[in-house]
Amino acid sequence: MSAFWTLLKRDLLLQVREGGAVGTALGFYLVVVTMMPLGLGPDLNLLSRIAPGVLWIALLLSALLSLPRIFEADDEDGSLEVIATGDLPLELATAAKALAHWISTGIPLALLAPVLGLLLNLELSAYPVLVATMFAGTPAISFLGAVGAALTLRVRRGGLLLALLVLPLYIPTLIFGIAAISAATGGPSGVQASFLILSAISLFSLVLGPVAAAAAIRFQTQ
Amino acid sequence: MRLAVENLIVDRGARRIVDGLSFTVEAGEALVLVGPNGAGKTTVIRTVAGLIGAAGGTIALEGGDAERELPAQAHYIGHLNALKPSLTVEENLRFWAEYLGAGTQASIDEALLAFDLEPLAMIPAGYLSAGQKRRACLARLIATPRPLWLLDEPTVSLDAASVRLLANCVGQHLEGGGLVLAATHIPLGLASERRLEIGVRSAAA
Repeated sequence: MSAFWTLLKRDLLLQVREGGAVGTALGFYLVVVTMMPLGLGPDLNLLSRIAPGVLWIALLLSALLSLPRIFEADDEDGSLEVIATGDLPLELATAAKALAHWISTGIPLALLAPVLGLLLNLELSAYPVLVATMFAGTPAISFLGAVGAALTLRVRRGGLLLALLVLPLYIPTLIFGIAAISAATGGPSGVQASFLILSAISLFSLVLGPVAAAAAIRFQTQ
Repeated sequence: MRLAVENLIVDRGARRIVDGLSFTVEAGEALVLVGPNGAGKTTVIRTVAGLIGAAGGTIALEGGDAERELPAQAHYIGHLNALKPSLTVEENLRFWAEYLGAGTQASIDEALLAFDLEPLAMIPAGYLSAGQKRRACLARLIATPRPLWLLDEPTVSLDAASVRLLANCVGQHLEGGGLVLAATHIPLGLASERRLEIGVRSAAA
């Protein structure tokens, strides 16, 4: 198991040293959300009604930008092949890399979301639920995204293909993330039910994502 | 310990690259694959490393650790160096030593010494020359002890002195009962070196 932590630690260290991906994702998130009030006009009621949806969709798109980097760098310099000859099963190695992506990109995006909520006049009662749903939902983004990143690893300009593959998989996360937030501001469904389903989706992807990603990598690096 | 490859068949797409290849490598022996470009040397080494699936035949490390897969008992040195440009030489080496095995400080120091990397230990790998990067990559062999070394053109971009360092390490590995399967155009000057000619295969019918 120590190999798992070694790989996780290295990926986080590389994120700190090389930066780039996280900053781009955060910057993109900020810009997209900022453009919403500019585009839709200063109608505060409208903004607060669409705020959960805007925050979630923009978060998915921002995370999407950083997905290709999960495996790309390791594939280009040959590290991925050496990782495959380790004692650690490739499934756990991909899990470590997806987890590193969540810690380095998912958590910062989830932390930025409430700040951006201010720009959209998000109702005060929705903030705790917003943060909770984003923490519960972003692991699914990293672990399902890892599957897409692995599938498009050797595809030239695979970024667009990655979006087409991965975004549909994010729909359940999106639906229940938004349902939980709107429930907190007087929507029809219950907060707890939506939140539990959101967590279930994340747990589901936590288990299935690394297995699918490892299979895709084995196939691609043949 | 003995690496036994029998009737190995490897297909790449519709082409049969390796057709019925059999060989053995005994403990303390180095087997060097020779053949023209495109003969399938890299394919054979990658197949033994478990990176390519074989279409037929068996690969076994007899007398090895039965609990571990063959690739986990082998070092694979491919064309790429597997170094992170933003990590120092020592950090790169430490990562691989810890990831691939126990990775003690003593073994890392020994690896740095074996490939004359001590003056470069604190320099990010991105700043190194091609030959220095290659040495940093090869140091992985020493940092984690594994019985089987799979070396695919290990001498690329190395100068004469560095090739001698590599030859020393390979020699010591063999003396300790290790196995080496290599593809190289530059002779390593080893005492117990056997050469295996593999020819160009025609495209599958």
